Amino acid sequence: MNEFKLKILDLLKEDARQSAQLIATMLGATEAEVKAAIAEMENDHIILKYGTIVNWSKVDEEKVTALIEVQITPERGRGFDAIAERIYLFPEVKTLYLMSGGYDLLVEIEGRTLREVASFVSSKLSTLESVLATKTHFILKKYKQDGVIFEEHEGDHRMLISP
Amino acid sequence: MMEREEVMTETKKRSMQDYLSPLVKQIPPSGIRKFFDLVSNSKDKDIISLGVGEPDFVTPWHVREACVYSLEQGKTTYTSNAGLLELREAIANYLNQGFQLQYDPTNQIVVTVGGSEGIDLALRALVEPGDEILIPEPTYVSYSPIASITGGKPVGIETFAKDQFKLTAQSLKAAITPRSKILILCFPSNPTGATMSYEDLLPIAQLVEEHDLLVISDEIYAELSYGQKHVSFATLPGMKDRTLVVSGFSKAFAMTGWRMGYMCGHPELIAAMLKIHQYTVMCAPVMGQIAALEALKSGLADKDRMVESYNQRRRLVVEGFCNIGLSCHEPYGAFYAFPSIQSTGLTSEQFAERLLLEAKVAVVPGHVFGKGGEGFIRCSYATSVSQLTEAIERIGYFIQKLKKE
Repeated sequence: MNEFKLKILDLLKEDARQSAQLIATMLGATEAEVKAAIAEMENDHIILKYGTIVNWSKVDEEKVTALIEVQITPERGRGFDAIAERIYLFPEVKTLYLMSGGYDLLVEIEGRTLREVASFVSSKLSTLESVLATKTHFILKKYKQDGVIFEEHEGDHRMLISP
Repeated sequence: MMEREEVMTETKKRSMQDYLSPLVKQIPPSGIRKFFDLVSNSKDKDIISLGVGEPDFVTPWHVREACVYSLEQGKTTYTSNAGLLELREAIANYLNQGFQLQYDPTNQIVVTVGGSEGIDLALRALVEPGDEILIPEPTYVSYSPIASITGGKPVGIETFAKDQFKLTAQSLKAAITPRSKILILCFPSNPTGATMSYEDLLPIAQLVEEHDLLVISDEIYAELSYGQKHVSFATLPGMKDRTLVVSGFSKAFAMTGWRMGYMCGHPELIAAMLKIHQYTVMCAPVMGQIAALEALKSGLADKDRMVESYNQRRRLVVEGFCNIGLSCHEPYGAFYAFPSIQSTGLTSEQFAERLLLEAKVAVVPGHVFGKGGEGFIRCSYATSVSQLTEAIERIGYFIQKLKKE
């Protein structure tokens, strides 16, 4: 990918609400060029979605997140992809990775209560034919996600005027 | 014996002022200090400061962590006077790769307490009373006072917006006298953001040769060059032995508070400066040296990322100032824009004071940086995009308001 698009992605990753005009100024390009590049990346599914990183612990809503290690037997002809699809189509599944090492899939599940997550694992996930074993880890506290530290601790300590 | 005692009793007691060296008393207090007090005394939390002369990045964590680990390991001793050899070797290597400079780490490089110590050591090692020190202005506020303390005579050379605040051979030539001994260059420039290309420096080098001058080249902002790579004055033909390169980690690696600098030059000059250094500070702090070594070993990517970010914000402020009608030459270095406020009819001090009180934006009035600074303000763009956007908007409103007066 060209450097121009990479720089746009870097800026959008930091703040997706920046206008094409602002990005154009900062990269020394025209607004039209930036808009065209963004449209192209949206079309090519390089940019999938513009979301918000929320610190849910500050929101008065119960939320439980768990990471589940899943061991599976791959399917002949389709490898891991078929079973992965069966799992990621559940809306409760927030993230799904194919892993190297001691297990095959890492599934992130979000539910309202511990019981809800547990029942999803026992009734939906473990019952799938190719699933051999699962191991559930509940997340107790999020410190950092997608490069964002949840507790802001690096304020601006600079003096207001310096030579 | 008797006679002497009588004289002693007749002498009036000295006041503290009488004890002070006349050389120190004659130095005017820093103009920036006055403005600092004004800004600091304002309790207004809403002030946006474009007056900060340092990066808005915190030192990258791996650099801080290297220092923490070294403390845990009990590395709390002196180092050799010139600094850890491993660090000097890393500096030599870095200067060679980045700027085509060749220095022997064993006798041509000394690690100092910030770049500032290098300037101080150089002037103390070189200046005899009456020597003239040529200083292109507007420039960083320290050169002229230190030159005065050493008994030298600072000679400001005005540079102009029409030349993008570059030093021209013509004005340098006009300032040279038989007593001229040293030229201090600071490019990329604080406060103007001006840079000098190889072609710009060539005629300067010729004059330096012709008039047998020595150059102290403060290249602390070297990495913060946009568009074209920084050219070290020491790389010009015949200039290596005539140039002391002073630099450091503060700006490029976001390490201002660590006070880690270095200087490189002719072995005999370095040896003389090292003498002063060993008697005054012994060595730069070891924990800072270890952090600096880590920055050179694996911090170059951080540096590039920060430089790219400054460059983006540089474009933002230059365009922003133009949009609100402030004439601003394009700065190709450092992290300062230096727009003209002459169209407002105010002095830079009046403008900066009223801007602070009426629009809550702090900038540094240009006159504190010496000749040619009046009529301009220094705006640092080392602050967040949202703060910059807001600050430009406020300055714009303020200028509109001035027009209606």
